[in-house]
Amino acid sequence: MTMQTIGRPTRPDTAAAPAADTAARGLMQSEPLIFELGGWSKTGVDLPDVGAGAADDLGDLVRAAPIGLPGLSEPETLRHYVRLSQKNHAIDLALYPLGSCTMKHNPRLNEKVARLPGFADIHPLQPQSSVQGAIELMDRLAHWLKTLTGMPAVALSPKAGAHGELCGLLAIRAAHEARGDVRSRVLVPTSAHGTNPATAAFAGYTVQEIAQTPDGRVDLADLEAKLGPDVAAIMVTNPNTCGLFERDVVEIARLTHAAGAYFYCDGANFNAIVGKVRPGDLGIDAMHINLHKTFSTPHGGGGPGAGPVVLSAALAPFAPEPWVVHDQNGYRLVEGREGPAAQASGRLCAFHGQMGMFVRAYAYMLSHGSDGLRQVAEDAVLNANYIKARLSDLMSAPFPDGPCMHEALFDDSWLEGTGVTTLDFAKAMIDEGFHPMTMYFPLVVRGAMLIEPTETESKAELDRFCDTLRGLARQALSARNDPEALQRFKAAPVAAPLRRLDETQAARKPRLKWTPPAAPLPLAAE
Amino acid sequence: MRYLPLTADDRAEMLGVIGVADIDALFVDTPASARLAGPVGLPRHQGELEVERELARLAARNRPAGAGPSFCGAGAYRHHVPASVDHIIQRSEFLTSYTPYQPEIAQGTLQVLFEFQTQVAALTGMDVANASMYDGSTACAEAVMMAARVTRRAKAVLSGGLHPHYAQTTHTLAQVAGVQTVRLAAKVDAEAEVIAAIDGETACVVVQTPNIFGQVTDVTAIAEAAHAAGALLIVVTTEAVSYGLLKSPGEMGADIAVAEGQSIGNGLNFGGPYVGLFAVRDRFVRQMPGRLCGETVDAEGKRGFVLTLSTREQHIRRDKATSNICTNSGLCALAFTIHMSLLGEAGLRQLALINHAKARRLKAALEGVEGVQVLTTRFFNELAVRLPMDAAEAVEIMAGNDILAGVPYSRLDPQAGLDDVLLLAVTETTQDGDIDLLARVLPKMLAGKKGIA
Repeated sequence: MTMQTIGRPTRPDTAAAPAADTAARGLMQSEPLIFELGGWSKTGVDLPDVGAGAADDLGDLVRAAPIGLPGLSEPETLRHYVRLSQKNHAIDLALYPLGSCTMKHNPRLNEKVARLPGFADIHPLQPQSSVQGAIELMDRLAHWLKTLTGMPAVALSPKAGAHGELCGLLAIRAAHEARGDVRSRVLVPTSAHGTNPATAAFAGYTVQEIAQTPDGRVDLADLEAKLGPDVAAIMVTNPNTCGLFERDVVEIARLTHAAGAYFYCDGANFNAIVGKVRPGDLGIDAMHINLHKTFSTPHGGGGPGAGPVVLSAALAPFAPEPWVVHDQNGYRLVEGREGPAAQASGRLCAFHGQMGMFVRAYAYMLSHGSDGLRQVAEDAVLNANYIKARLSDLMSAPFPDGPCMHEALFDDSWLEGTGVTTLDFAKAMIDEGFHPMTMYFPLVVRGAMLIEPTETESKAELDRFCDTLRGLARQALSARNDPEALQRFKAAPVAAPLRRLDETQAARKPRLKWTPPAAPLPLAAE
Repeated sequence: MRYLPLTADDRAEMLGVIGVADIDALFVDTPASARLAGPVGLPRHQGELEVERELARLAARNRPAGAGPSFCGAGAYRHHVPASVDHIIQRSEFLTSYTPYQPEIAQGTLQVLFEFQTQVAALTGMDVANASMYDGSTACAEAVMMAARVTRRAKAVLSGGLHPHYAQTTHTLAQVAGVQTVRLAAKVDAEAEVIAAIDGETACVVVQTPNIFGQVTDVTAIAEAAHAAGALLIVVTTEAVSYGLLKSPGEMGADIAVAEGQSIGNGLNFGGPYVGLFAVRDRFVRQMPGRLCGETVDAEGKRGFVLTLSTREQHIRRDKATSNICTNSGLCALAFTIHMSLLGEAGLRQLALINHAKARRLKAALEGVEGVQVLTTRFFNELAVRLPMDAAEAVEIMAGNDILAGVPYSRLDPQAGLDDVLLLAVTETTQDGDIDLLARVLPKMLAGKKGIA
């Protein structure tokens, strides 16, 4: 049977397209909030009846006023959230070059195994005899983390990188206090992640900044001048936020230890050196590992993360509870301050940490193995240097000499006189189908553009990215004497679900939740 | 290696473009003495089949809560999560996206956060909620730190009904910030005793309802007492489904409401990842920790959403920030929002009623067991009982009969002298037969007939 085509035009009409009648554009639907969609008595679940008087024992403990929450049927729910999902960029769509964030591929095997009932459906306070596999997995994950970092101990419970920083500083504080040594200052380089000074302040220390050398590293002379008997720790990211390895790391550790302080390393960039260099061989006392970066647990639109902290022998006794121990009776979580955990620095959260992330990270480690993890670091560094090499003739790198690590840093000096800013350039990338790089961070570089490709990009995708950026860079440079070219950057993005958003208005008159229109809400059906 | 797209030819070509001879030339800044010559002493890479087999082996050594009767609660609850929730959160656009720093291409995540904040504010009866915290315990600790900032006082009174892990987490954070925590004695009706502990130096009072013993309390009088002394009231809830039935923290005068949101949309996962709820009165918005999503317009006047009031946050304010939190619990908040949207107010209320009805059935069954004393008098879906024996030992014996009989209070708080107290929770996933089985096996166990179910 052949298709009847009479009356069905097979060539496109060349007439200009009129604007659509609705707010939708092609497959991109305009989607209201659930509060504008849902019915006040509607529900997408079928639950059994319980009969009248089910809560009559509770008297006036029962809610008097309606909550004010709409419901949707299952098909409406699917459609609502799938439509919303289509307004997001994602790693699975294209390169996501956010420097310092490590947006790499998330293997789906890890999602599958994390959902096995033996991991997903176990209660944190079940008898330990009924969760031996879970505690064994924590022990094995710990073994991999300790071996990869060359450190003797690891605290698994911190729930994210910044939580890990807190864990490390609390252990440092406890270690000092245990020998009657009261210290008040923490030194942090100017290029540090904002979490470092915030954590130090949160942990009760005053923060002092360490200067940076012209080649983007910690200024040793300044460090030495600021170290003193009241310094508890230094917090240094290595590789640092300029994407550079701290060449003097061993000397930094020596100076720090000579002053009686501890060396905390922000391990956000561990993915650049995993399998190549072990922090334990560099004199580091504590380092958090973002499982959602180096070990690829999904970022999920802003968490959950996981931030286990590896600790040196000096700090190990001061790890927070719980601890995993393994003996002839099997695996055990030590949940209080007893036995080896007698000097523990305190509980950081309820239960035992981000088990769902542990499963994913462990599956990732087993998949890569010791050889694959080393290759991860090499390919991540190779990809970043390739981007740096391909773009450096058009865009300016503040630290052009020598290789970078896993991310390539540019500044905005090449845009001078064009009228195009880092923000404009980033927004123009959106129109070309790419997520922008990290902008205006680190703070020590003007108009910073920090590009981290990760190891999971193919050469073809890297080339497509570099070709796109080269094209944009040429246009940006032409904007010096081409108002139309400039306009393209100022207007960008024009092809995204929305144009640029007014962040000033959002902050000046905060609207932080949906509020009903003037008419009162109808009561929910009983 | 299946996750690494570069071929050997690619690598050689790229090194050529960079202008170096080999990969080692890119690692020259690392100290030569510390450079590893080859892979560390761990197994080499494995195929998907082998990895899945190993993970399945470990999973098989755990007894899933759903594989038989389970009465474990105490801050984590096994509820039914509709299949569509997990389907949506596994969509690439949600699963593999970052924090929405570029709002033009992150409206999906941002609109979800705005819906989440609206739902949480409504459930807690508060004015404003943030975009989530790590979990309930860290939300509680951050609430205490916030209260100390707001009141410029340095003492927090913690009810003896507060989940011991929450109290310990709060104490850990408070002690380094110079905030004293006064934790009152653990008892079922602990909330009734906090008023006497409030004084002119108190920054905040932390109460929990339903508390760790399952006891539900109207804390309105505590709010009045706290406010009269210039202190804030922080109300903690670990079972978010209870919002569907019980008076909200806002209705009772809370200044800050925090909760564990795991019960809605999220599985047990052996304790994490979960999702912390954090809501406040309007006047405290700028003192809040965590991310906030706000409504605004784009250049064409279309409604859109952005992260806002970030001058509170670490990436702007550094050591002056309201918290060091950076990553929150985005995907778990998404699961919460989807499940909440499916339930709607009508579904949530019904779900809460079912949970409560199950607990009434459990209470009646336990009251029929000789030697067992039900301690909780006003409850939602959780009860504390006194056994005529050590509760931890009882739980082990019951586990041997494939019944997860609950959580011994002593596991959370070994020094409280409540070794004979057992905490039991039920939800809509608890079958009536599970309760009947518990009521049949418990007397036999207490009579010393171990191992007979």
